Amino acid sequence: MKPTIAKREPVVDDAMDQTEAKLRPEQIQKVINEVIDKETGGRLWTYVNTCIHCGLCAEACQWYLSNDRDVSYAPVTKIKDTIWVMLKNKGAVDAAFIKRCAEIAYTECNLCRRCGMYCPFGIDIAYMLLVVRRICAKLDMVPLYLQDTVHSHAATMNQMWVKPDEWIDTLQWQEEEGQGYVPSARLPLEKEGAEIMYSVIGPEPKFLAQLLGNITAIMKVAGLDWTMPATAGWDNSNMAMYSGDFEVMARVERLHHETAQRLKVKKIVMGECGHAFRGAEYDGPTWMGWMKPPIPIVHAISFYYDLIKSGRIKIAKKAEGPITVQDPCNVIRNGGLGDKLRYIMNAVCAEFVDVTPNKRHNYCCNEGGGVINC
Amino acid sequence: MYELVRGPLAWAAFIIFIAGSLYRIIYMLAGCKKEKIVFPHMSLKHSLASLVHWVIPFNNQYMKQRPAFTIVTFAFHICLVVTPIFLLAHIILWDESWNISWWSMSDTIADYMTIIVIAGCIFFLYRRLTDPVVKNVTDASDYLLLAITALPFITGFIAYHQWFDYKTMLIIHILAGEIMLIAIPFTRLSHMLFFVFTRAYFGSEQGHVKHSKDW
Repeated sequence: MKPTIAKREPVVDDAMDQTEAKLRPEQIQKVINEVIDKETGGRLWTYVNTCIHCGLCAEACQWYLSNDRDVSYAPVTKIKDTIWVMLKNKGAVDAAFIKRCAEIAYTECNLCRRCGMYCPFGIDIAYMLLVVRRICAKLDMVPLYLQDTVHSHAATMNQMWVKPDEWIDTLQWQEEEGQGYVPSARLPLEKEGAEIMYSVIGPEPKFLAQLLGNITAIMKVAGLDWTMPATAGWDNSNMAMYSGDFEVMARVERLHHETAQRLKVKKIVMGECGHAFRGAEYDGPTWMGWMKPPIPIVHAISFYYDLIKSGRIKIAKKAEGPITVQDPCNVIRNGGLGDKLRYIMNAVCAEFVDVTPNKRHNYCCNEGGGVINC
Repeated sequence: MYELVRGPLAWAAFIIFIAGSLYRIIYMLAGCKKEKIVFPHMSLKHSLASLVHWVIPFNNQYMKQRPAFTIVTFAFHICLVVTPIFLLAHIILWDESWNISWWSMSDTIADYMTIIVIAGCIFFLYRRLTDPVVKNVTDASDYLLLAITALPFITGFIAYHQWFDYKTMLIIHILAGEIMLIAIPFTRLSHMLFFVFTRAYFGSEQGHVKHSKDW
């Protein structure tokens, strides 16, 4: 089988270019075989031995569809140009090949899992591309922007190099902002035994701080018993999950869950981020061998659905004009919250216009998978 | 020659098919056991739900989106499995050897069903040659698998209509059938064995673990 001809603009990525120059073939072979032998098992073997090369997955992929049905973007092509070659050559591939694998797995696939849903056999193609990312991560072949956020996770346990004092300072500042809406609102730090621990993604304190003021007001109006940690463990996002650095991913997820346990809360409520939900609810626990998180995680969509439905918060004024919504893969296709999202949209918008295809058949927004970090 | 393909080779083919299939399924399950999460993620309810939606035609959104392909593939696979089992000539062989028999279909129906299988193979061959995505991931093994699948039906059709030397054609037909049986567990024709499991796992993953659906 000849490699697929892929026409791409050349991209300079200092980290990947340097790694390409450094990598030795025996190093590559060792890592590939280690990951395939020790970290994969029945699933990968069965998927590769079941795929009949029918190409039906292509129609599922927004990369393929939005690039005028360019063959090189079809899901099966991405498997052909990565995993099939690695398995066939028993890991004996060169650094240029690994670089192309990284381009495919990191920047031409969002791991949205739509193709798995369109495969007649239910072959989880995104899982195989995550295995490719794992191999690339162990070989240091990771795009610089993504590796930088992983470094941030590893050093600070949050995505955006937010320092401990900045975190607390931001929360106290935003408590005051929240009091601008509802004077009696509080943002309780380190309240042991509260019902809810609210956790956010790194970008909230970094450059979307007003969201913290908003939640302060919402929690007060809804009359909920909540808290936020004053220590690391407040960030529920996890770019290491997407880079394939599962050791760092596990540290981040473990700290997040342990922080909730330390605060003795009944549940973790998180902001809207889909990939953070995926990491906290699925990929993190799965890697650590947990069937499910020790403390239940409630995604923002479920949380607001409950608040609005039960009447704990009322919508004073609906947003005007036609408004649509993009179903985030990690909470809709891979989280089942499509109907609740629509309930919220109808509750807060005067004129909600749905998209096609919608709910679990949605197209990925193309930001997922760590292509852009937010 | 006929005695050989009808006797020892037939035995060998069936034994390899059954033992090979069991071996491959056990090998797969052992591999899944090694991955700690596979069995805990499985759920009977969601496995069955997924199978119901993908084994019944037009019971999921993707099949509705591709009606022509759905009709061809279901017709092809149903005829492929049903025809050899309920063909009168085959049942007579079982009756002669083992003294067992079951319901058989009329030869005319079997003839049409054979044509459907051959037509299906031609359709898949055409796709392999023309659809850019499929063409790009096709290699010699894919053509070989198609040939292994088509050959028992083409030769059976010719033998039934006695177009060439009947005896020779019959021997080729039996050989072709035996090759296909042996190939099932050890080639990607094993999707016949595995698709139930891959489907069940993805259905469980989507339904049981992720509270969504996969159809």
